[in-house]
Amino acid sequence: MSKIGILAVQGDFAEHCQAFRCLGVEPIEVRLPEHLEHVQGLVIPGGESTTIIKLMDLYGLTEAIKERARSGMSVWGTCAGMIVVSHRIMEDDLHPLDLIDLDVRRNAFGRQVDSFEADLAVPVLGQAPFHAVFIRAPAIERLGAGVELLTQLEDDTPVAACQDGVLVTAFHPELTGDTRFHGYFLKLAGIGQPVTGSDSSPEHSTSVL
Amino acid sequence: MVDVLTGTFTVKAGHAQMLKGGVIMDVVTVEQALIAEEAGAVAVMALERVPADIRADGGVARMSDPTMVCAIIDAVSIPVMAKCRIGHFVEAQVLESLGVDYVDESEVLTPADETHHVWKHDFKVPFVCGCRNLGEALRRIAEGAAMIRTKGEAGTGDIVEAVNHLRTVEGGIRRLQYLDKNQLMAEAKELGAPLDLVIEVHESGSLPVVNFCAGGIATPADAALVMQLGAQGVFVGSGIFKSEDPAPRARAIVEATTHYQDPDIVARVSEGLGEPMKGQAVKSMPKEELLATRGW
Repeated sequence: MSKIGILAVQGDFAEHCQAFRCLGVEPIEVRLPEHLEHVQGLVIPGGESTTIIKLMDLYGLTEAIKERARSGMSVWGTCAGMIVVSHRIMEDDLHPLDLIDLDVRRNAFGRQVDSFEADLAVPVLGQAPFHAVFIRAPAIERLGAGVELLTQLEDDTPVAACQDGVLVTAFHPELTGDTRFHGYFLKLAGIGQPVTGSDSSPEHSTSVL
Repeated sequence: MVDVLTGTFTVKAGHAQMLKGGVIMDVVTVEQALIAEEAGAVAVMALERVPADIRADGGVARMSDPTMVCAIIDAVSIPVMAKCRIGHFVEAQVLESLGVDYVDESEVLTPADETHHVWKHDFKVPFVCGCRNLGEALRRIAEGAAMIRTKGEAGTGDIVEAVNHLRTVEGGIRRLQYLDKNQLMAEAKELGAPLDLVIEVHESGSLPVVNFCAGGIATPADAALVMQLGAQGVFVGSGIFKSEDPAPRARAIVEATTHYQDPDIVARVSEGLGEPMKGQAVKSMPKEELLATRGW
């Protein structure tokens, strides 16, 4: 049976689980490689990317996730998760998973006092703007040729993108109560249909808490 | 022009949500900060002396020298927290101006005000505050704290008070859930907490902000214990850098905090760590030496 998995080594995995439950999908928490067995779509949540990468390496998750992604598992990285799945982290020695062709810069907007909220236009989610929460957020510095840009800030900094089955957001849809990105990822992973409506197209899967 | 909002409660409390499942380590030098980061800490607390040394040295404990705080900020990519004295809003202003990611208004330092805490809503930097029970937690949240930690008894290496405070807060939350609405005003009066927050906890069954556990954690099993009791992450003060071999102990506590539900992993990471900090049993200490009773 296909499942949504949430990497649960550190970070706000519980908030992602709650968002999927709002869409009628019960996710499983992934802490060890064997937990990936039935996972068809994996979310790497917000958290501290250094901590998450080290714990993934220690418990064999790095190779396991790469292998599953090669064989078709979809992956969505939010904030720290976007750093984890990137091709390269600017000015850093850590090795990310290299699942999507883009380079990222950590803490691109400054320290915690510079963390911010803003409404973004995200055409693939429909007309209503998406309220995005950026916390010590990274930014995309280089977008590969095959990567689709989903949204950017007013100064043209790209902050969400998608390539094949891999989705990245520099912000935290799991903190807002707007589950459109979660619905979008379910479709990307080919899992279930949100129970909150007969039409699960992105334009219609808005859900507000 | 799109409205961009900074310093909101969402981004302050949201930062604490990103720290969940992690270990925040006290460090007194750049070298220790780098060891903590390498071990997988989600943040470091930059201070001049760990609580065990503050106890041993006596005297007045104050905010750290900005030079050392800034040196640690420059050295690591993970968030840096620093402590101000209870009620010392100017120390908090200074820490905000230095660019720390979180201010801990802490009972470990000598209080600057014996009646009032800092009004934290006025700051863009988020605050974490200690508590021993639900009323204290809700008073701090009402003042603007974006994260709570149960106090334990800092600098002792004795877990007993951390367990007491965590059980008291968790028990207080469960009790609120059982009450009917007619009882909530009296309960708010009893707790010394604002009614709106009492109603919120009654309805949600949880605190409105993240709650970590602090004070006395010295082993991987201690960390897993408080996680099983409901903490969402841990602060380790003296327990790492007062032990015989800090780096492997730091890593082991990080692993035990992630895999707190898996006794096989907690057992494996506990092997061969060397001597933990010697510690001091809280029950053997005179009441006037307790730090957790500071806070109002």
